[in-house]
Amino acid sequence: MYIEQFVFFILALITLLSGWFVVTDRNLFHAALAMMLTFLGVAGLYVLLDSGFLAATQLLVYIGAISILIIFAIMMTRRLMKTTEPAYNSMWQGALLISVFSGAGLVYVIVQVFGMSNYLQKPDTSDAVLNGTVVTLGEWLVSADHLVIPFEVASVLLLAALIGSIVIARAEK
Amino acid sequence: MDILELLKATVQFRVFDYLRELYGPNLYMEAAFDLVGILTVSTFCLLIVLFLILWERWVIARIQDRIGPNRVGKWGMLQTVADVGKLLTKEVIIPRGADKPAYIVAPLLIVMASLVVWAVLPFAPGVIGTDLNIGVFYFLAVSSASVVCLLLAGWGSNNKYALLGAFRAVAQLVSYEVPMVISLVVPILLARSMSTQSIVEAQVYPFFAVVPLSAIIFFISALAETGRTPFDLLEAESEIVAGFHVEYTGMLFGMFFLAEFISTLFMSGLFATVYLGGWNLPLINLLLSFTEIGPIEFANPDALFGLGRPLALLVFFAKMFGTYFVFIWIRGTLPRVRVDQMLDLNWKFLVPLSLVVLLVVAILDKILFSTGLATGPTGDLIRTLAHLVSNIVIFMGTMEIVRRYARRRRAENASVPVGVSAAVEQEDMKSWQPAGTD
Repeated sequence: MYIEQFVFFILALITLLSGWFVVTDRNLFHAALAMMLTFLGVAGLYVLLDSGFLAATQLLVYIGAISILIIFAIMMTRRLMKTTEPAYNSMWQGALLISVFSGAGLVYVIVQVFGMSNYLQKPDTSDAVLNGTVVTLGEWLVSADHLVIPFEVASVLLLAALIGSIVIARAEK
Repeated sequence: MDILELLKATVQFRVFDYLRELYGPNLYMEAAFDLVGILTVSTFCLLIVLFLILWERWVIARIQDRIGPNRVGKWGMLQTVADVGKLLTKEVIIPRGADKPAYIVAPLLIVMASLVVWAVLPFAPGVIGTDLNIGVFYFLAVSSASVVCLLLAGWGSNNKYALLGAFRAVAQLVSYEVPMVISLVVPILLARSMSTQSIVEAQVYPFFAVVPLSAIIFFISALAETGRTPFDLLEAESEIVAGFHVEYTGMLFGMFFLAEFISTLFMSGLFATVYLGGWNLPLINLLLSFTEIGPIEFANPDALFGLGRPLALLVFFAKMFGTYFVFIWIRGTLPRVRVDQMLDLNWKFLVPLSLVVLLVVAILDKILFSTGLATGPTGDLIRTLAHLVSNIVIFMGTMEIVRRYARRRRAENASVPVGVSAAVEQEDMKSWQPAGTD
């Protein structure tokens, strides 16, 4: 067994357990913290795949920005210290069904595309390949043949959301 | 294994390379190297804080015309050792109703977060934790994630003042991250790499001379990110009990301080690396290359009696501690800003300015390279001068805008008698406050 596999199982365990915790914990603050741990586990998986840029992005966006935002939102809207709400509402069966189906779908697609055989083989992680990924990503994001239109559309969408939030939050004069 | 050779390799900072050559590639040995490296760097960081606190107190005492610590040991040199002893022996009190895991984990995490970023700081050629190809970005990611620790501490304390303090701290850190990120993109763009080691090597002219505006914006946001004067209003050490760590006692409290000093030193190191040429001597090397001596090659194992790495480390330390001295100097000189001034400075001044600098540098660099001006023997000089001139023009334009704004405000307030200006400031504060608070 490779050391990578061992690390993978630990990371997967962290991700799944903390994910379970997010859903079941009734203390919303603890749930948010557990969600950060989930994101951290996923970042660890990216590192394991030698994809440091994605891992750092995950850390920056999901833990540094989104989780903080969620914690702020929780703290400003809920009575944190008195958690009396039930952990589930009436839609949990539907949610479970959808999760199981999408999980099964992912597994099916992965097995179809990669087959069952070569999971023990380590992918090409030579320096040339890895150093190239960030450069390639950067070039693709601004090249007309690749991703420039989705990139620009996403930027415009974010800008619109930004301006919209300012307009909503602005005091009426 | 020859003991003398081993000692020589140690002095030259080549002991890992030496052992690698001797025993060939070995996974366990590499793991041991990593462990030794981590231990060395973190021990250095933790111990240097003893000196940093003392140094800061000495310098500030000198600035304020006081004597400063001089009782414990020669010149008061053991003062911080005694302080740490005191902190360690104090009782750690956990407030009633505190969220115990969050309360205890927060200081540990914040020290860890301030230590892990040192992995990408190049101390000397080849002396670096890991030369990640995303080095600078890694630092930004970790430092943005470490904001969580403050929330943990504030919330875990079960104290509304601690929680408010944490909110204020997070608001400040998150705001000042924006100009910091944007200003750090400029040297990345100039060096065409995010790896700290490549940024050092790319500096034929130190980036401080190429893009001084970006360097100054980074420095100001580094001041704010580390919560130091003039942006220390989250804590205001000299006046009130601290913000988010109001409930902490003993060494748990000491850890917040530890983390603050370590990250301030790291910021100085990063500034030295990104803007001052790190372990290299960019300008001096350039001048020397015109003489017979030739540039100083720290990276060459045969030059400088094989002592290139230790000497480079000294150069880097001189720059890092020099920058740190400026941090202390500012602390002893500038008054604290108000919260609305702090946020105005960030959102209305630093962020737009850094965006303009980034755009201008990107476009200018593209033009310089596509017209072929920046290639050839004088390319670096032309590139540096072009960026420098553009930076100066941007700076003067900004100053002109700010001056006009100030003049307009002064004209508006000219009819107001002097004694009323405090009331006007109060009005300012009100207009800043978010809707619905009053």
